[in-house]
Amino acid sequence: MLVVENLHVSVENTAILNGINLNVRAGEVHAIMGPNGSGKSTLAHVVAGREGYTVTSGKVTYDHADLLAMPPEERAREGVFLAFQYPIEIPGVSNIYLLKTAVNAIRKHRGLGELDAMDFIGFVKSKTKLVDMDEQLLYRAVNEGFSGGEKKRNEILQMAVLEPRLAILDETDSGLDIDALKVVSNGVNALRSKDRAFILVTHYQRLLDYIKPDFVHVLAGGRIVKSGDAALAVELELRGYGWTEQQVEA
Amino acid sequence: MIVSAELKEHYTAQYRAIKAFMPGKSLHWLNDVRDKALATFSASGFPSPREEEWRYTNIAPIERKRFQLPSGAPALIDRDKLKPFQIEGAASLVFVNGRYERELSVLPEFGQGIVVCSMAEALQSQASRVQQHFGAAVKKENKGFLAFNSALFTDGVFIYIPQDVKIEAPVQWIFVSTGADSLATTRNLVIAEPGAQAEVIECYLGPGESGYLSAAVSELALADHAAITWSKLQCESGRGFHFGGLYAEVGRYASLKHANFSFGGLLVRNEVHADLSEGSECSLDGLFLGTSRQHVDNHTRICHREPNGFSRETYKGILDQRARGVFQGRIIVAQDAQKTDAEMANRNLLLSSDAEIDTKPQLEIYADDVKCGHGVTVGQLEEKSVFYLQSRGVDRESARSMLTFAFANEMVEKIKLPALRSLIQNELLAALPRTDIRKEWL
Repeated sequence: MLVVENLHVSVENTAILNGINLNVRAGEVHAIMGPNGSGKSTLAHVVAGREGYTVTSGKVTYDHADLLAMPPEERAREGVFLAFQYPIEIPGVSNIYLLKTAVNAIRKHRGLGELDAMDFIGFVKSKTKLVDMDEQLLYRAVNEGFSGGEKKRNEILQMAVLEPRLAILDETDSGLDIDALKVVSNGVNALRSKDRAFILVTHYQRLLDYIKPDFVHVLAGGRIVKSGDAALAVELELRGYGWTEQQVEA
Repeated sequence: MIVSAELKEHYTAQYRAIKAFMPGKSLHWLNDVRDKALATFSASGFPSPREEEWRYTNIAPIERKRFQLPSGAPALIDRDKLKPFQIEGAASLVFVNGRYERELSVLPEFGQGIVVCSMAEALQSQASRVQQHFGAAVKKENKGFLAFNSALFTDGVFIYIPQDVKIEAPVQWIFVSTGADSLATTRNLVIAEPGAQAEVIECYLGPGESGYLSAAVSELALADHAAITWSKLQCESGRGFHFGGLYAEVGRYASLKHANFSFGGLLVRNEVHADLSEGSECSLDGLFLGTSRQHVDNHTRICHREPNGFSRETYKGILDQRARGVFQGRIIVAQDAQKTDAEMANRNLLLSSDAEIDTKPQLEIYADDVKCGHGVTVGQLEEKSVFYLQSRGVDRESARSMLTFAFANEMVEKIKLPALRSLIQNELLAALPRTDIRKEWL
């Protein structure tokens, strides 16, 4: 589904990613771990299409199409979703308005008609249960005055409503207490399917106690220095990141 | 300033021609007021950019015109254009070119000693009440547009609310202007006795594309513990000139909640002045929008004269194309006004490189134990917010329009009355450039 080949990315002439290779197939869950500054979030943002990054070489294909050539909205309409580490607050626009606009933009892209208002509300409300979210938050301004946990749940709610094929969760676990982490993880697990792939960007192994990955990659210095299965995450928790980088240098 | 003799002659002739038909023409005190006001205006003319308070707004285009007070048969207006502005359940007084139109108005019986009528009627039936308050809130600032208005007003709204009485339904007035070079000069007076409460809504609209002048002055006498919610919706025509000033005298522990939505007009000046007393509460909210070559000037002044006053002010501006906006907000805290709590914010969104804003918040604090603050921002849409929406499948232009709307709608959502909120949203969407917001989804 997603193939990243020898991806080099720089920001303001500073190289951040130095040759990433990654192959994500439908149904798989990949965890990308690594110390701060290793380039994890940059990878997530480049895949989602954020401006300000320069791809100096390499390519990213999504269902064999050149992902980097698409504007962010087209990627989203094609099924790429990024759950933000710091979800944006938009006072003045309600959650439900944003969801309706997003869903209909995606439906239009797929040649489908607009959803009937009542059907839509019912559909969204059923998804709020997935993340144990108060329905009233749908009518509040997007993320405004939400607690950290509510913001992250709201990201997962958006994901559940938009039904992406490739979901990237950028440090979704950061700043969550254990209860919120469980809720968010349950939401993600409920969305796992053979047609959908996940990339979990995380600093800590904690999230992986609740969402079991198929693959774990360690990113350091802008490269994947080690890949393995879920056991690698446990080893990282015990030994830290240092040894993985030393292995590469040796 | 040098007032052109021709300008002076024009408005003096207007005054003379219409004097015999002016409301309250048999009241000596009012004739005195009008005569003095005309003399003042003849001496000083319209304000000039040399005056500090008019520094950023040159009203030469108004000076060059020779506006005409209405004469002859009332102008016909399209009722379909008026209807959406008449809020369901509200009393509404409709004026066309500054003249009351009973036929178009909806005026129920209020009872409880409440008086809601045209100024012309009030000058007959409520003459002593009008005399007692007329000119009291505008005080000695009676020059420029105020003098012009005092001399030439043809009608307006009068509201009297007795002690401890609450007017349940909102009271609305709609000033419609139409016709090239026509002049609508209106004068309003709202008197709230101690503990009285009401919600009032003033709407200005110019359904045509005429270059008229609408010059309105409102005085509000708010006695102790009285509470008024006052909303203004300005939707003048794209070539219309607008001066609208509210002058409020706020009593002890009285409350004024003012919301100012300014969307229309070519050259606009909105003024709000509030003189507060002990424990008064005052909130001033504003949203102004400029596109094309609109010039929108907002001038506010809150004066804390006594201790324990509380004021909050938030004005937001959106300027696109070649529009120009002005915000001048003054907060004065007198020496006796200890324990004042005052905050003022002005946030502006510039959507084009040719748009411009001049913003000047001023705090003048003479007391030493107060909590006062102000903040100003001028900026563009945040790129990270645009990206957030794009990442949800919303295209870039729609994302920008959603964020622009959101910036404005935050002020609209403060309006508690659903029908008014909906009306303002409609007008906002009509006035916003490049918007694809779907009202039915909101």
